[in-house]
Amino acid sequence: MSAASLLAADSMWELFARAVSLRDYNTRVVLAGTTMLGVSGGLVGTFLILRKRALAADVVSHAALPGIALAFLLAERFAPGSGRSTGVLLLGAFVTGLLGMAMTLAIRSWTRIKDDAALAIVLGLFFGVGTALFTVVQKTKTGNAAGLRDFVFGKTASLVAADVWLIGGISVVVIVLCGGVFKELSLLCFDEEFAAARGYRTTMLDGLLTLMAVTVTLIGLQSVGLLLVVALLLIPPTAARFWTNDLKIMSGLAAVIGGVSCAGGVVLSAAFPRLAAGAVIVLTGSGLFLVSLVFGKERGLFPRWRSQRQFEQRIGRSDLLRACYELLEPILGADETTQESLTKFEIDELELSGMRQWPTGRFHGLVATAVREDLLVATSTGGYQLTLRGAEEARDAVRRHRLWEIYLLTQTDLDPRLVDRGADGIEHVLDPDQLAELERRLGSESPLGVPPSPHPIAGVSLN
Amino acid sequence: MSTSVVVDHEAMQEPLPRAVAVQSPSSLVPLLIEDVTVAYHRRPVLWNIDYQAPSGKLIAIVGPNGSGKTTLIKATLDLVPRAAGQVLIFGEPYRQQRHRVGYVPQRTSVDWDFPVSALDVVAMGMYRKIGWLRPVSRKYREAAKQALDRVGMVDFAGRQINQLSGGQQQRVFLARALAQNADLYFMDEPFAGVDASTERAIVDILRALRESGKTVIVVHHDLQTVHEYFDEVVLLNMRMIAAGPTADVFTPDNLRKTYGGKLALLDQLSEKMAQPRSR
Repeated sequence: MSAASLLAADSMWELFARAVSLRDYNTRVVLAGTTMLGVSGGLVGTFLILRKRALAADVVSHAALPGIALAFLLAERFAPGSGRSTGVLLLGAFVTGLLGMAMTLAIRSWTRIKDDAALAIVLGLFFGVGTALFTVVQKTKTGNAAGLRDFVFGKTASLVAADVWLIGGISVVVIVLCGGVFKELSLLCFDEEFAAARGYRTTMLDGLLTLMAVTVTLIGLQSVGLLLVVALLLIPPTAARFWTNDLKIMSGLAAVIGGVSCAGGVVLSAAFPRLAAGAVIVLTGSGLFLVSLVFGKERGLFPRWRSQRQFEQRIGRSDLLRACYELLEPILGADETTQESLTKFEIDELELSGMRQWPTGRFHGLVATAVREDLLVATSTGGYQLTLRGAEEARDAVRRHRLWEIYLLTQTDLDPRLVDRGADGIEHVLDPDQLAELERRLGSESPLGVPPSPHPIAGVSLN
Repeated sequence: MSTSVVVDHEAMQEPLPRAVAVQSPSSLVPLLIEDVTVAYHRRPVLWNIDYQAPSGKLIAIVGPNGSGKTTLIKATLDLVPRAAGQVLIFGEPYRQQRHRVGYVPQRTSVDWDFPVSALDVVAMGMYRKIGWLRPVSRKYREAAKQALDRVGMVDFAGRQINQLSGGQQQRVFLARALAQNADLYFMDEPFAGVDASTERAIVDILRALRESGKTVIVVHHDLQTVHEYFDEVVLLNMRMIAAGPTADVFTPDNLRKTYGGKLALLDQLSEKMAQPRSR
């Protein structure tokens, strides 16, 4: 390693250490303020998503662009040098952002244009005007300074303590407000009409939610940039939804995810100053989103896949055992199918596979699993025998299946030819209470607890 | 109260008889609708509706699709603007009597994939009483549980609403209105798409409400059960066709006026009704 690169690595490490250990006052303030921003974004975003207004935030942020440019041009025209003050630029952003929102609502209620189209029209219009104005700004003497660009792409490093106090303070106000009207907002999102019938002014509540979303969007402009600020509102609640079905937990989790992504983004971009903070914040959030998408306890892909698979395996296993039982039943005689006697006979593989229309691969997989789980044992002659455990489970499976079949035949109008298939679907989800209820209603007719099949068994008659 | 008003629109040019309105002090009349007209985008959906609901009865609003049944309820609850007319609930405008009115909207009007539990939904019926800025305290959670118990759903209190069956969701909606402990209830198609056991449970609840002197107004679709479930019927098809005790008003003739062309069903029904009813 050359001396130069060693030096570079050294200073990079130095920067990183400074950022992580929060040695600078400025870094500490930025971290705290931006984290608050993330928390408020997650909270407000939760309601925005549940109100199905996710795209509204995107409109506000894009509509802010012409406001920023106009505010700069006006300020420079009347008081040269004041154009880059955060307050002035945010005020401009606020005015056009609200204007964009109002225009969307107006288009929606006065024309027949649908919601999504209205949002797209306004977004395009304002962003177009904003881009045009920005080329004007670039031509002014002071305009090509980086300050304005930060609103587009975001740069936490350029934030000064005073800005951050503002951002953090407003965030805290939004958080407190959100908590205060939590139950009213949840009612609005769930059942607007009922809320109105109970006497809530739903337009006021909606206005409050919109105002909070606009506020978070605007104070997020500097750190995340207007292209990505919408992610601050939408990613955390969407990620949180994968983990829970409870609104309180969801909003809390969204707040945490928002806070963590912002904090992570600030630290990383302080350590690597060339990384745009907005991008880092959004990427951190996206990472958490991906993890939630895959592993989220309630709706994640992996838990869902796993429970689906477990269910299929349970069904396959009980189908296989039931086939074993029904194969042995005519040999033993219906009254002799005790647990012990079931284990005494060998089951021919070919006959077993003929009991049901299993694809070959699936059949061999099921048998292999059953052997591994000690339900079947392979015999020296290439057949199988039920183990005691297997015999017990087989009897249970058959009992469940037949009770349900008899119930369908005697208590419903189902076509008898459809009963076997109808029973197949439901029997696997019957719980012990429901089984006991079935047994009570039907009265168990067999001394062994397994009633005779109400119809000839298909596989056997084929042989 | 056995007054029934049958309106013959062809012959009618003079105003409806209002004599009923002065029979009892208006504060005892649960619902008084006077000359209400509602229009959507200048297209009228309800014309000159007059109705006075008797106290302590189960009342069905019956009419074909698009006849304005739901709109009538919404206009009563100030959810859609009225082009003309007035509505009095126990003698006063709705906004002063909200606490005495329970509302069960159509089950399909909300997204049930919402992250709340059955108990949370029932508690929503009491948010007004709880007030702004306050969380749902233990007292109100207990009240919500009691309401769930009345609809046989207390075991599902903690269950997420997207894991409930349609009938169970309907019961939760009902419990939310019960938790309000109102005197007058509006229910929009509570029997739509529910299983038989839920239907029985709802009917039991309706009867229990009537026992305790409440008035219940139900938008109802199943003509077969009107006689069995309801004391009073309002027949609606953009105009008021007829209103009054079921035995007087729910006649094949009035139904024909209400449903117009859909005769096959009505003929079937009138055959059924021609057979002597056993009670």
